Amino acid sequence: MLTADALAQALISGLLMGLIYALVAAGLSLIFGLMDIVNFAHGELLMLAMYAAVVLFGATHLDPLLQLPIVAGLLFLLGMGVYRGVIARALGVRFNRGMVQIFATFGLAIFIRGAAQFVWGGDFRSVSGTWLANRSVDLGGIFVPLPQLAASLVCLLAFAGLLLINRTEFGRALEATREDRDAVALIGIDRDRIFALGWGLGAGTVGIAGVMLITFYYVSPNVGANFAIIAYVTVALGGFGSVLGALAAGIVIGEVEALTALFLEPSLKQVGMFAVYLLVLMVRPRGLFGTL
Amino acid sequence: MNAIQRRRRLELIGGVVVLLALALLPLPIRDVYTQNLIIITILFAGLSQAWNILGGYCGQISLGHALYLGVGAYVSTMLYVHGGVPPTVGMFAGGAVAGLGALLVGWPCFRLSGHYYAIATVVVGEIGYLLFLNWDWVGAATGIYVPFRGESLIALQFRTSKLPFHYAALIFAAVTWVIAFVIEGRAWGYAWRAVRDDVVAARSLGVRVFPSKMAAAAISGFLTGVGGAIYAQYVGYIDPDSILAGSLSILIALPAVLGGVGTLWGPLVGAAVLIPVSELTRSYLGGSGQGVDLMIYGGMIVLVALARPAGLVSLFGAGARA
Repeated sequence: MLTADALAQALISGLLMGLIYALVAAGLSLIFGLMDIVNFAHGELLMLAMYAAVVLFGATHLDPLLQLPIVAGLLFLLGMGVYRGVIARALGVRFNRGMVQIFATFGLAIFIRGAAQFVWGGDFRSVSGTWLANRSVDLGGIFVPLPQLAASLVCLLAFAGLLLINRTEFGRALEATREDRDAVALIGIDRDRIFALGWGLGAGTVGIAGVMLITFYYVSPNVGANFAIIAYVTVALGGFGSVLGALAAGIVIGEVEALTALFLEPSLKQVGMFAVYLLVLMVRPRGLFGTL
Repeated sequence: MNAIQRRRRLELIGGVVVLLALALLPLPIRDVYTQNLIIITILFAGLSQAWNILGGYCGQISLGHALYLGVGAYVSTMLYVHGGVPPTVGMFAGGAVAGLGALLVGWPCFRLSGHYYAIATVVVGEIGYLLFLNWDWVGAATGIYVPFRGESLIALQFRTSKLPFHYAALIFAAVTWVIAFVIEGRAWGYAWRAVRDDVVAARSLGVRVFPSKMAAAAISGFLTGVGGAIYAQYVGYIDPDSILAGSLSILIALPAVLGGVGTLWGPLVGAAVLIPVSELTRSYLGGSGQGVDLMIYGGMIVLVALARPAGLVSLFGAGARA
């Protein structure tokens, strides 16, 4: 029997999960807008961030909340490394560039999955005994688990940070590179450096999402695939390249997922979000906020 | 005879030579593991050529072809299990439904371009996977066993030897090759490639873009569905994870992409390298579950994609793209 409480509960958990989806998608969208590349190893970056948090917690018992700057920094470096090692080369090919970048990042995803399995094995891992674990807030009869609430607040802060970066010198350089990647060289912007920093920033936001996710979710070498497909849907729904579009679309996706699980069947919750995405694309082929 | 005709005649001769060689290849082999490896390689060469018709010649990067593979397999298997229709007939029904499915997917999705199209095909494939996973009539997550009703050519059921499956896969792959060969020679085949290379220019030359994409999708979906039906008879068991999973869509596309996208020989060359590497590393290194096999496989994909963007066929000199 559907009660108002159950509906409110679903709406709130949809919103909280949607904000995580949004942050995972934000990095993908940022990179796409900058250089027209879809990173098919995005889910694997998320997976590595989650493992980094598990390893750090195991070694130092540093609470995930305090790990945020460390893991975000590590992922920033990793993102720059992926750009230098793979993406810069994929951008350099003269033939068949669209497919090369899709399948090069896809191969990278398989490689990272294999490496994770090699280092950490195939078992599910999680952290327990964190500050937020097993606590919840009671909002007038509606139960909000503290880890999810904290995660969504951190996601909002991260989005605010991304918008603030837009106002800095670096942000303007990003914007200019996005507008015309050939002309920026003429005004003394090092395009290659901007691309590398853009990858760092994109991966860094995934790092933040991964750390917050590990406070209430498990990690395994294959965990990235599921989040990645939701991230692609979120980015395409919001419009490739639009960070605010990713935020709006993430919330839509989270709500649709929660409501499908409530009204139809939990096992079909992803069908619901995929169907909504396809319907929106029929009306707006460029997504909600897309200009590209 | 002009240069193009001469080259096409050479390619046709090459095709016949390769066909004969592949027909003789399994005869001296007694080892079942190797026989199986060759059959899977040839089957994927055919599937990837089917993908190549839409993804390579027409330039629509579909990452959801597992849907057509699965639909073909399920239709043919359900017809056999419940209606007694032999799979040599049922595979055409499976292909037809898969081709119709490709048209149904194409009708909305071909309005999307570039990455929007690729992501949409991923999602459509994923929806198909999830629906079959929850559909009790087709066995849901448990899948369907193909009952063995005695050795039969018309039912494609053989237990004493793998050889008949080798020839079934080879005929399938040869048919996809011939269709690609025909596409390369016809005016509409040139139109498809124009759609791929520059859609605005193609339209201004009077190419009907949308019908071209739909025709490529229908042929590609049909052939993929037929391949799925053959695959189902070969393994004798289908479930959503083995025939509809998103990773299969990539496995179908990869040989063409790494071998040489939009080329006649790319899918075969790509499959001949990728499938054995993937299978052999899995057999010898994957058993321990340590992921070394995935690292080698993934690393190889990255290296080939970056080092030979035109595909492995470009190693053989000219003819990177027709």
